[in-house]
Amino acid sequence: MSANALSQHYAEQLRQVRDGLPAELPEWLAGRRRGAAQRFADAGFPDPRQEEWKYTNVRPIATKPFATASADVPVSSDAIAGLGFEGLDAYRMVFVDGRFRTEFSDLDGLPEGATVRSLSAMLSGDTARLEPLLGTLAHDRFSSFAAANMAFMSDGAVILLGKGVRIERPIHLLLVGSAGSPATWSHPRILVQAAEGADVTIVEHYADLDGASGFTNTVTELRAEAGAQVRHYLVQDHADSAYHVGSVFVQQRRDSRVTSHNVNLGGRLVRHDLNIDLTEPGAEIELNGLFLVGGRQHVDTHTRVHHSSPHTTSREQYRGIGQGHGRGVFKGRVLVERGAQKTDAQQHSANLLLSPNAEIDTKPELEIYADDVKCAHGATVGQLDETSMYYLRSRGIDAEAARGMLVFAFADEVLERMELAPVRTSIERRLAARLPEAGAMDVIG
Amino acid sequence: MLKINNLQARVENGTRILKGIDLEVKPGEVHAIMGPNGSGKSTLCQVLGGRDGYEVTGGTVEYMGKDLFELEPEERAREGLLLGFQYPVEIPGVKNIYLLKEAYNAQRKHRGEPEADTFQFLKLVREKLQMMQMDESFLHRAVNVGFSGGEKKRNEILQMLVLEPKLALLDETDSGLDIDALKIVSEGVNKLRSPDRAIVLVTHYQRLLSHIEPDFVHVLSAGRIIKSGDKTLAQELERSGYQGIIEEAA
Repeated sequence: MSANALSQHYAEQLRQVRDGLPAELPEWLAGRRRGAAQRFADAGFPDPRQEEWKYTNVRPIATKPFATASADVPVSSDAIAGLGFEGLDAYRMVFVDGRFRTEFSDLDGLPEGATVRSLSAMLSGDTARLEPLLGTLAHDRFSSFAAANMAFMSDGAVILLGKGVRIERPIHLLLVGSAGSPATWSHPRILVQAAEGADVTIVEHYADLDGASGFTNTVTELRAEAGAQVRHYLVQDHADSAYHVGSVFVQQRRDSRVTSHNVNLGGRLVRHDLNIDLTEPGAEIELNGLFLVGGRQHVDTHTRVHHSSPHTTSREQYRGIGQGHGRGVFKGRVLVERGAQKTDAQQHSANLLLSPNAEIDTKPELEIYADDVKCAHGATVGQLDETSMYYLRSRGIDAEAARGMLVFAFADEVLERMELAPVRTSIERRLAARLPEAGAMDVIG
Repeated sequence: MLKINNLQARVENGTRILKGIDLEVKPGEVHAIMGPNGSGKSTLCQVLGGRDGYEVTGGTVEYMGKDLFELEPEERAREGLLLGFQYPVEIPGVKNIYLLKEAYNAQRKHRGEPEADTFQFLKLVREKLQMMQMDESFLHRAVNVGFSGGEKKRNEILQMLVLEPKLALLDETDSGLDIDALKIVSEGVNKLRSPDRAIVLVTHYQRLLSHIEPDFVHVLSAGRIIKSGDKTLAQELERSGYQGIIEEAA
C-alpha cells in the first residue's frame, strides 16, 4: 500500500463523487470521471518513492481534510480587483475556490469564432464539443493528481478558437482562493484549442484572498493546431500557506508556436508538471520559468518536452532563487524520438542560493534516440558573483542594495521575455517585495 | 587628500606585492604611476578600492583625513574615491542607467542631498554621454555586456563624469584602446581635471600621457616607487624603457 494512500476523508469524498454524478451527465464524461476516480483511489497520492516525486512529499496535502466549496462565498469586487495586474487590458474570467463568478468577469467583445466560457456552462449545454478535448491530452502517468482533477472537476475555463481567429487582448483567468473554513480544495480544468492559424494570449493566474490556505489542483490541456500561436502565462502567486499542484499538457501541430511563462512566487507546497508534445514538423515551444522560494516554501517543477516529430524546436530557460529555508526543484526532461531528426532542443537551468539553508536541486534529463539533432543543456547552482558585488559597491552602492540589484537582474533575464508589460511589471514588483532587499528596486525606464 | 605611507600588502595568504609605497596626492594634481607588468600597479588600485582578497600587512593610507581602511568599498566611493577598473565587470540584467542612478543617488544621500528624479538625472546623463561620444542606447543596455573593450573604458569614464569623484583612480584605463578610443577616453579624463579634484593614472604605457599631461610621474617596480619626477620622466621612460630606470635606481 502506498505511503500516501487515501485517508478515510478522501476515500469518502471519492465515493460521493462516484455515487453522486448527475444523471444528465453524458455517458462519455461520466465514464471518464468514474475511471479517473477509480485510478485515483487505486494510486492514492503520489509517493516520494516514485521517481517523479522523489523531491516532493505531498503528505501535508494528503493528511489535510480539504473539501470542495459548496456555495459561492461572498467576496467584494475590490478584493478581486486588488489581485489583478494593474493596467492589464484583458478579457477576464474570475473563479473563487474553483467556481466561476460571472459578476467579476468580463468577456464582452470577443471576436466571432472564439468561444470563451466557463466549463460549468459548457457542461450544462454544449458537451458534444468537449468530448474530443476534455481529458484526452491529460493523463496520470506521472501524477495521480491529474486523475483527482478529473474525478473532482466541477468548473474551469474553455477557450476555443476557430481557424484563423486572433484574439488581440489577452484572456486573464484569475483563480482565487478564499479563506473558507474548512480549507477548500478546487480542481479547475482549463481547455484551450487554437485551431489552424489562431492566435491568443492566456494568463492563468492563481492568487489568494487574505488568510486563504487552500489547495488548488489544476489541469490545463492546450492544443495548438497548424500555424497557431499561443502565449501561455502561468503565474502562481498564492498565499505562502497555500498548496498548489498544476499539470499542463500541450500538444502542438505543424508550425505552431507556443510560449510558456511559468512564474512561481507564493505557495507553501507547489508542484508543476509541464508536458509538451511536439507532434509535427515546425512545431516550436519556448519555456521560460522562474521560481522564488523563501521561508519554508517548496516549489517543484518538472518539464517534459517530447520531440516526437522531425524539425521541432524547444527553447527552455528556467531560473530559481532560494532564500531562507526555501526548497526548489527543477527537473527538465527532453525526449527526442528515433525519427525526430533535425530536432533542435536547448535547455538551461540557472539557480541562485542566497542563504546557506536554502536548497535547489536541478536535474536535466536528455534522452535522444535520433542521430541528426542539435541538443544542448546546462545547469548551474551558485551564489552571487563576488566580482559583480565589488564592482557595484565600488560605485557607492551598499552591499545590500547591490545584492538586491543582482538578484533582481538574475530574475529579470527570464521576466524580460514576457510581452505583456503590465504582467511583467506586476510580477517584478511582487518579486521585489519578496526579496529581503526590497528597497532598491524602483525599476526605471 | 591622499597620503600613502609605507604601504605594504599581499594577496591573501600569498606573496608580498607592495613593499612600502609612499605617495601623497593633493587636490588639483594629476599623478601617473607607471611600471612594468607585475610591479604591483593593479594591487595598489585594488587595495585602495577595498577589494576582498588583499591583505594590508603594513603602513597607512589616509584619505581626506580618514583612515581609508576603516571604510567599506561603497563608503570610499561615496566619499569621492572612485576606481576605474582595468577590466570593467559585465553585469547581465542590470541596466547601465540603473547602476548610474543608484550610484548617483547613493552619493547624494550620503551628502544629505535630495535624490535626483528620473527627469533631472536623464538630463545630466545625456550631457555626459555626449562628452564620451556615446549613444543613448548605452543607457538601456546591461552594464558592459556585449561592450567592446573601448566601450567598456568609455563607460568607466562616463561613470566618473556623472559621479564627479574627488579622487579618480584609473587602473590601466588605456589598455585595449585603439587610437580613436584613446582620444575620447583621454578627453573625458581631461574634462575631469579641476583644481579641487585629483587624478591618479595607473598605466603601463607612456602613450596615455601624451593625451593627459601629468604633474607627477612615479615609477613603480617590484612593489616600491623607485623614482618620481615630472612629466619628463615619462618621456625618459619612453626612450630608455623600464629596465634603464630600474638599473639606475638599483
